[in-house]
Amino acid sequence: MIGVVSYLVFFLILSLTFGVAVLGLNLQWGFTGLFNAGVAGFIAIGAYTMAILTGPSRDAVFGGFELPFVVGLAGAMIASGIGALFVGLATLKLRHEYLAVATFGIAVTIQLVCLNWEYLTGGTLGLIGIPNPTKAWAEGPLIQNSLYLAIVAIVVGLTIAALELIVKSPWGRMLKAIREDEVAAASLGKSPERVRLEAFVLGCMIMGLSGALYVSFIGYVSPWDFLPILTFQIWTMLIVGGSANNRGALLGALIVWGVWTMSGFVLSRVVPSEIQARGGAMQAVLIGLILVVTLLIRPRGLIGEELQVSRHARS
Amino acid sequence: MNGGPALEAIDVVAGYAPDLPILHGVSAHVEAGEVVSVIGPNGAGKSTLVKAIAGLVEVTSGAVRLHGRDITGRRAHRLAAEGVGFVPQSENVFATLTIHENLIMGGAPMPKSVAMERIREIYGMYPVLQERMHEKAGVLSGGQRQILAVARALLTKPRLMLLDEPTAGLSPTAAGELFDVVRGLSERGAAVLMVEQNAKAALRNSDRGYVLAEGRNRLDGLASVLLSDEEIGEIFLGQRRDAVGPGGVE
Repeated sequence: MIGVVSYLVFFLILSLTFGVAVLGLNLQWGFTGLFNAGVAGFIAIGAYTMAILTGPSRDAVFGGFELPFVVGLAGAMIASGIGALFVGLATLKLRHEYLAVATFGIAVTIQLVCLNWEYLTGGTLGLIGIPNPTKAWAEGPLIQNSLYLAIVAIVVGLTIAALELIVKSPWGRMLKAIREDEVAAASLGKSPERVRLEAFVLGCMIMGLSGALYVSFIGYVSPWDFLPILTFQIWTMLIVGGSANNRGALLGALIVWGVWTMSGFVLSRVVPSEIQARGGAMQAVLIGLILVVTLLIRPRGLIGEELQVSRHARS
Repeated sequence: MNGGPALEAIDVVAGYAPDLPILHGVSAHVEAGEVVSVIGPNGAGKSTLVKAIAGLVEVTSGAVRLHGRDITGRRAHRLAAEGVGFVPQSENVFATLTIHENLIMGGAPMPKSVAMERIREIYGMYPVLQERMHEKAGVLSGGQRQILAVARALLTKPRLMLLDEPTAGLSPTAAGELFDVVRGLSERGAAVLMVEQNAKAALRNSDRGYVLAEGRNRLDGLASVLLSDEEIGEIFLGQRRDAVGPGGVE
């Protein structure tokens, strides 16, 4: 029984942590229409920043400042935001699939930098020993993980509350206006370029926060955590849950991460050991299938944006 | 306010790619309180002209002046503060926002109290918008959407209103209602420049008109004179015989 509870806590921590990144993507795609295909890159920036700021000092590697957890979270958001500002200034004039290609390329570049800039990132070995604050508060992994789950839940709650306030504000209305018709929005006296950039930066800051939460829980960061499959997973979470709906984004994270972990468990039991190494590929195919099926039978996701057509239009 | 016409476009060269101009030196002007139509066959550059004035297409040569002040190349979002309202062609309302929210968007450059007062005035002018204020704009008919788009642009009391094919896709009745709205704008003192495919209807609801063809001025004058000009038939021949018949605009 304790094993089940322990695993449930572990599962909720990771799915809610990814849920934070999905909320960031939802701000960009769901509310603003920005096709960011470089999500993994901005999560990576947040994760490495957290590791550098809060981790222990190491020989021949930058960082190890051993700063408090909260400082690490803030630093991760700021670093991802600064990265997004530069990326956004360079790419946000691009539209739709062009923006997707550009951001995808940038995320791959970020991953390669993580892989090769050993002085900053530890290279292929990554950075280890990143502290989890709950280990100083309690004894025993279940209690520690439960406390960490509480931290993640608080972060998720605050993020959703802030995003709900934002999307209902005049700035939030502007995001939707730009998503629907940039020319009409510009004719009303607002700069679409500037608002798009602001949404891109804020969304990436939230992705950086997700990376920081992840690395502090796992205690280790490696460039192999930020391959393009991560971007694919985050996108699938948003599409399955429903874009332009923060509750949908979170639901999608829980469902898709649940399918991912369950499929991994099943594959490890039923697939012959000689092809176990290909299990990850099978999981990716399964996630792809879920994405395609969702787009075919429920393109707005499980709980997408509020229905637009009123009874007047239906009658 | 400086002197000069409400709007002057002087020898405007503009297009979507630097070496491929659509407009080859087009000139036009609009006085305050005047409705001016820009007509011409498909590909004449009508929409490009209004977009160049609205700051959505780069002007590579020539000038655009607003009450004598040069606004050439000014970006679209900066022109709202200069008193320019622009209603883009079709899909020009924010479908997932309510009608009220669409109007609030139009009042974004103004203090909130002033914007709300203006919205009340707009509801007085267009009661259909007030009746459905809490509905999503996406459920409105084509004509009602156009009226909402014009009403939204009116919030800031623009001195110049640019309309890009406002009756496109509308029924004759809805188009007639929209032209009434356009007339109302000029009666309140605004200068109106309107691009239209439906040449006959546009000229009947305008004071003056410009006829463009292949990105150049071909004709201009009083709308009543253009309506019977035989050359217009030649310009349109083979393009839209339903809009303009040979021997002038019927």
